Amino acid sequence: MELCTMCLGELRKALDNKEASSKEITAAFLKRIRGFNPELNALVTVTEEEALAAAGEADTRLARGNGVTPLTGIPVAVADNICTQGVRTTCSSRMLEDFIPPYDATIVSRLKQAGAVLIGKTNLDEFAAGTSTEYSRFGPARNPWDVNRTPGGAGGAAAAVAAGLAPLAVGSDTGGSLRRAAAFCGITGIKPAYGRVSRYGLAALGSSLEQAGPLARRVDDAAALYRVIAGPDPYDTTCLPTPVEDLDRLEEGIDGLKIGIPREYFTGAELLPEMKNLLLSTVKSLEEMGVRTVEVSLPSTRYALAAHILLAAAEGGSNLARYDGVRYGYRSPETKDIFSLYTKTRQEGFGDEVKRRIITGTLVLSTECYNDYYLRAQKIRTLVIKDFSKAFSGCDLILAPVNSGLPPKVGEKRSNPLDMYLEEYFTVAANLTGIPALSVPGGLVDGLPAGVQLMGPAGAERTLLRVARRLETVAGELLIPARKK
Amino acid sequence: MAYETVIGLEVHVELKTAAKVFCGCDARFGAEANTRTCPGCLGFPGSLPVLNKQAVNFTIMAGLALHCRIAPFSRFHRKQYFYPDLPGAYQISQYDLPLCEKGRLEIVTPEGKRTIGINRIHLEEEAGRTYHSGSGPEGYSLLDHNRSGLGLIEIVSEPDLRSPAEARTYLEKLQTILQYIEVSDCKMEEGSFRCDANISLRPVGGKDFGRRVELKNLNSFKAIQAALEYEEGRQSALLDAGTPLEREESRAWDETRGSTVFMRPKEKAGDYRYFPDPDLVPVVVDDGWVEKVRQSLPELPEIKRERYIKEYGLPLYDADVLSSSRPTAEFFEAVVKAYGGDVKVVSNWVMVELARLLNMEKMELPAAKITPESLAGLLKMVDEGTISGKIAKTVFTEMFYSGKKPRQIVEEKGLVQISDKDLITAVVQKVIAGNPDSVADYRGGKTKALGFLVGQVMKETRGRANPAMANTLLREELDK
Amino acid sequence: MVLEKEEVKDLAGLARLELSTEEITRFTGQINDILQYVEKIKEVPVEGVEPTIHILPLTNVFREDEVRPSLDKDTALANAPQQEEGFFRVPRVLEEN
Repeated sequence: MELCTMCLGELRKALDNKEASSKEITAAFLKRIRGFNPELNALVTVTEEEALAAAGEADTRLARGNGVTPLTGIPVAVADNICTQGVRTTCSSRMLEDFIPPYDATIVSRLKQAGAVLIGKTNLDEFAAGTSTEYSRFGPARNPWDVNRTPGGAGGAAAAVAAGLAPLAVGSDTGGSLRRAAAFCGITGIKPAYGRVSRYGLAALGSSLEQAGPLARRVDDAAALYRVIAGPDPYDTTCLPTPVEDLDRLEEGIDGLKIGIPREYFTGAELLPEMKNLLLSTVKSLEEMGVRTVEVSLPSTRYALAAHILLAAAEGGSNLARYDGVRYGYRSPETKDIFSLYTKTRQEGFGDEVKRRIITGTLVLSTECYNDYYLRAQKIRTLVIKDFSKAFSGCDLILAPVNSGLPPKVGEKRSNPLDMYLEEYFTVAANLTGIPALSVPGGLVDGLPAGVQLMGPAGAERTLLRVARRLETVAGELLIPARKK
Repeated sequence: MAYETVIGLEVHVELKTAAKVFCGCDARFGAEANTRTCPGCLGFPGSLPVLNKQAVNFTIMAGLALHCRIAPFSRFHRKQYFYPDLPGAYQISQYDLPLCEKGRLEIVTPEGKRTIGINRIHLEEEAGRTYHSGSGPEGYSLLDHNRSGLGLIEIVSEPDLRSPAEARTYLEKLQTILQYIEVSDCKMEEGSFRCDANISLRPVGGKDFGRRVELKNLNSFKAIQAALEYEEGRQSALLDAGTPLEREESRAWDETRGSTVFMRPKEKAGDYRYFPDPDLVPVVVDDGWVEKVRQSLPELPEIKRERYIKEYGLPLYDADVLSSSRPTAEFFEAVVKAYGGDVKVVSNWVMVELARLLNMEKMELPAAKITPESLAGLLKMVDEGTISGKIAKTVFTEMFYSGKKPRQIVEEKGLVQISDKDLITAVVQKVIAGNPDSVADYRGGKTKALGFLVGQVMKETRGRANPAMANTLLREELDK
Repeated sequence: MVLEKEEVKDLAGLARLELSTEEITRFTGQINDILQYVEKIKEVPVEGVEPTIHILPLTNVFREDEVRPSLDKDTALANAPQQEEGFFRVPRVLEEN
């Protein structure tokens, strides 16, 4: 039984039919991690002991038959910017290399309550500031489809799932990192609507922009994980107090739905022609399923990325100010006074991109620039929201690219941060507006995975998932290349 | 050249909520270091603030007590700066949309009443405490975050104060009001009431404000007044010498030297890079909420004071003192009710005798063993003639220390006043016989000698003789 | 807007970063590239447009004034780079804020 090639549904069946125990399943994934992680660098920390202990508890639960949930006994990997009690949480930064949180993020406590097995912490760009994991303290994660290429920002989590190191993962998305990584690795990734998933315990970067969400090889699996982690949380003021609406009957037909194709995302955008063709053929497939397509216009697209860069820097710089070597984390050994304690600790503890972002953020919020940069960016945000509102008055969902082309080669874009930001061209709008968005595999371009992005108005999660489910049948499940080994 | 002093005060008051303002840690004073902290108030990764509703209520209460307009819409901003006692490197505070604005505080000065404007009251969080050890390269500092994240209101006055004495009166009054409505203990020695002062001088009759100096490290009302007086003199001398202040600055009060010392130039708001905190949502306060809070407020000191003047005919000064603290006012009112006699008598006893003993023993009223009923009883006994006013003071002191009732004490000590004419006459005759010199003095025209003789009668009767009767009977005998 | 190296150094100082000379030079170029890209936002007509401060129309999200257990002292200090007798220890803090 190739446990590591199974997705959630199959694993659940195996557990429920007592064909395999959680301990066996967990051990299988741990073995695969030992085999492939050294090359892929997807996981920063493997929680072998804790995972086997949790698997044992899950087995007890399953034997007793009480409190069994769809995730009981299932291994899950969690991005390393999400706090796990007693388990090192580094945010892929030297700053937190030895930091052990005394508490669980809400996401993690919910996973534990559901009986999931935390198998490890995944690699990401330092503090999630980046698009490829190349800014990680621990070196880049590698794309399982081509280890010379990057897997995207939430890369460790996506690579882990794509390579069968874990059936499910949770990653974060501030400007598209989760969706783009899912697309680059040939899996599904969901950025929930803002406020759907508690941010308590997620080391903050862009507080008003980010959400953590599920990564999985099947849409149904991602939906199952989403159901567990989403929902009201009194520890997060910005978390919606209303419960997650019904996400059942995802197999419901999609004919009659109207899907908007945003003009500005296809013309004048730097899309690789093969990518454009893949998307257009996806549109055709949808039409064959009875979906109607309509062209929509999002004129603010031209400015959305610029606004996002400014807001992410402002909020990020502010959120990163707490890392100062005083109460936790790295402290420079060379300090004789408070000022140098701060300046040397932060100099030595942070990498390039984080430093650049902090400096930019400091500029954006300074009195001289506040109105021209910060306030203006917030106004453009309003315009983007209005554009999408208007578009959604004429369609149910919007289909768009996730990435402009192939996963970049490792080292290709590192020296030019602006190029890196430009990669998020298609994904930042969903963070600015707070609408739910996902990436589902669309097929292969030059043998490498390409994703299709679906965005919907707040509350349209179910519609997004229904359409995504259909789309994944078109692309066919993209076989994990490492599977073939 | 004559100068006018312009003073504005910024007061920080720690709120007496059970828990901190943005997390659930216990807010009470006096725990072992770093035992009242959590990921939130320590600024750990991923922590988020959640606003304590009672802190908002307390802020609204303070606003209403100070006649402020309560903002229907307000929000929180991050005030960003680096300092070791500030986890997170930003303080959650309020910037352009504070909870309360445009209030006032009336103070009573020797010249009469003055109205001091209150610019704003906003809600924010407290920083931690730093303890210093040593200096130079061996020196280090220790941080305790028990107080980090405590709810704090900042009360900013308009620059309406015109003298250091007024400033002190304002602070004392502010403290009274806040203690009255029980939003804070307001204890400077515990750090729950802190003040920074801004002072500048301008020519008398001038309209523009001069360059101001911010004074810090003011640890008592006395220090605040002294520091302001010193600074007044310093700035006046500078202006006289033709060297006005070049820039706004912060100065610290040095208690031992009795002078202010330069600290640093004053920061401007831009340096704090304020922006709206994305982790918190706005606070909307509707009329219903304000009314509910208003109704929960006790009768405020100024209202009480006016009522004492009108209803009881007390002079302003007395009314002010009696209404100045809630326990005092409540005690006073209870005695008045239980006694039913002359209110001025009650007012004297509370303001003089009771205050004296409380001061001596460094006690607060709630801790005293005297109840309003027992004081009322004592006063009735004086009215009845059972004891003299003088004896009553002795009894009162005994009541204070033992908590016993007045009648019990009088009986135990045999202090019942003697009003038996025959008894007193006998004593009078004895005193006359035993003091021929004084008697001669009196008969020779020295009326003061009478006082001495009355004293002797009181001495003989161990103070129990009815003094008026002793006086009358003595004179009768002497004039025979 | 174009930044000079001195300005980048000043900004870094405000953010408590002690950059090397090489970093200052490199970052200045890179940040200026980014600033040049975002310059386009100045073209957008924004008169009458309200800024979006919060995505969700939430207001008045509170918690009750109830005490919850704090971390015990050792846990609070467990990640401290330097501690002494129950306090976080840092080099001597020189002035009041």
